[in-house]
Amino acid sequence: MNLSGVDYLILILYFAFTMGIGWLVKKTVSSSEDFLTSGRSVPVWITSLAFIATNLGAQEVIGMCASGAKYGIMTSHFYWIGAIPAMVFVGIFMMPFYWSSKARSVPEYLKLRFDEKTRGLNAITFAMMTVFSSGISMYALGLLFQMVLGWTFEQSVLLSAAIVLVYTYLGGLTSAIYNEVLQFFLIVVGFAPLAILAVNKAGGWEGMKSNLDPAMVHSWKYMGSAAENPMGLEIIGLSMGLAFVMSFGYWCTNFLVVQRAMAANSYEAARNTPLIAAFPKMVMPFVVIVPGMAAVALASSMAGYQMPVGADGTTNYDLVLTTMMSEFYPSGMLGIGITALLASFMSGMAGNVTAFNTVFTYDIYQSYIRKDAPDAHYLWVGRMTTIVGTILSIGAAYVARQYNNINDILQLVFSFVNAPLLATFLLGMFWKRTTANGAFWGLLLGTFSAAATHGLTVAENKGGWLGGSFWEFSSSMAQNFWIAIVAWTVCFVMTIAISLFTERKTDAELKDLVMGFTEHPPELDLPWYRRPVVLGAIVLVCCLIFNIYFW
Amino acid sequence: MSDLRTPVGILFLLFGIIVTTLGLFGSNNTAPLSDVNVNLYVGVFMLLFGGGMLWLGLRKAS
Repeated sequence: MNLSGVDYLILILYFAFTMGIGWLVKKTVSSSEDFLTSGRSVPVWITSLAFIATNLGAQEVIGMCASGAKYGIMTSHFYWIGAIPAMVFVGIFMMPFYWSSKARSVPEYLKLRFDEKTRGLNAITFAMMTVFSSGISMYALGLLFQMVLGWTFEQSVLLSAAIVLVYTYLGGLTSAIYNEVLQFFLIVVGFAPLAILAVNKAGGWEGMKSNLDPAMVHSWKYMGSAAENPMGLEIIGLSMGLAFVMSFGYWCTNFLVVQRAMAANSYEAARNTPLIAAFPKMVMPFVVIVPGMAAVALASSMAGYQMPVGADGTTNYDLVLTTMMSEFYPSGMLGIGITALLASFMSGMAGNVTAFNTVFTYDIYQSYIRKDAPDAHYLWVGRMTTIVGTILSIGAAYVARQYNNINDILQLVFSFVNAPLLATFLLGMFWKRTTANGAFWGLLLGTFSAAATHGLTVAENKGGWLGGSFWEFSSSMAQNFWIAIVAWTVCFVMTIAISLFTERKTDAELKDLVMGFTEHPPELDLPWYRRPVVLGAIVLVCCLIFNIYFW
Repeated sequence: MSDLRTPVGILFLLFGIIVTTLGLFGSNNTAPLSDVNVNLYVGVFMLLFGGGMLWLGLRKAS
């Protein structure tokens, strides 16, 4: 890729600007509460954009474009039956309990609802997940620096670590949130023109249809059997695995995104955060998936574009987005596009490092290592944790380098951590009979069953490390979804079973934590466009229309 | 530092100025697969967006 002086100017301008924001925000940060949850003072339009921008990391932009090229419009299931319904559910049904519990983190909610050991277990698995996620972003960012600057991988990873360290260290969550919003706008401005140019060049949607395999342009028609669709997925794996367990697990229990809503300045704003975020999220497939499909259509119609090839001679889908950009953007726009890409990696990394920071400081350090220290001490620990989190991420970046597809390892981590946790949360928030022992053992057994499923099945030569394979999946994606289904089911069933034989908390102890024991301000006097249920219904109807159109 | 619109507006105005200038006076605004002057169109959009954001941010501050 050839960048000119103007492109470098845009890149340098952007980084100078984000550093400047970190420095300005630092002047207003005075307590550990400010540093870690932004003192619950952020306006709703900012928390909403930050809510999706947190998720708009490396795997979203590069991975969804790659999946668009590999699987076609089926990739939209990650949005229109996955993320969007899950976001609506969080806003309408779960946010009231997160908000009224006044928890500063997801593990802290588990402590209030259940007990210390459930929280400890979750804090540890969650901290590991954030390190993996930020390491994967760091790996992708390092690859990009390698390509743009021509540095070695080692130098590139160190540079990206240094940049993230500086700005999260300076401002904590507020600067991370503010930069995420900046990045969101940049990503839309940087990628939307590519989608428009590429689709036009490929002859519009109709032209793309005529140059693509029919299985690539229908999201539902070929879901009948795993052999017919490119993802190797059948309807149960799709609806139960992808749509329910994975998507709800990610959006409902991933502290990274929930934390953004909890920084909102009112109860109503916290509930509306995921719902307002669902509107831009809903149209993201057109920006990230469609260019990938257009790339395949252009390649098959001999329009002058060739699919990128990796070192082993096979198609490297991860490079589709960057090669498309260099084919369609002149210098100037190319600088904006590359900056947007870097910004999205930064957002993925910084968000994870900040979440690691919060969970370690509050849920591990303050709970088990040193209680009752002055606030300044925890502020200091929070800043030190940022450094440690970044160093651990560098290690995870090297682990991610060993895998040939970053999305596989990421979904695998989610199926171990988020899938069983979803069962714990659903039962904890909506069934008062759930006991602390039920939750802890259910969660532990659910996580072990995920490991057992991975160890006893095989897909694309991965798994089967428990000495043998009892089942072979047609794709890693299908394997990940089934691991998630097993983990969720085991956790759900075992939590209920153990809860029935153990002692539950009293009603007074469950105040503000469980359905039926919370008091919320009445919403009847709100205008319709600020009511969560109305917003949620509008979003779901739009998704239904998209699904029918692309069926 | 509570209103983010001001910095967003400034950044996009700067980007808009750079890219629009390229689109108007640059010698090569085409790419291998595209002959649309994308620099000009996106540049003007960024100027409008950045200007709008800055106006909203400053209006609230004053």
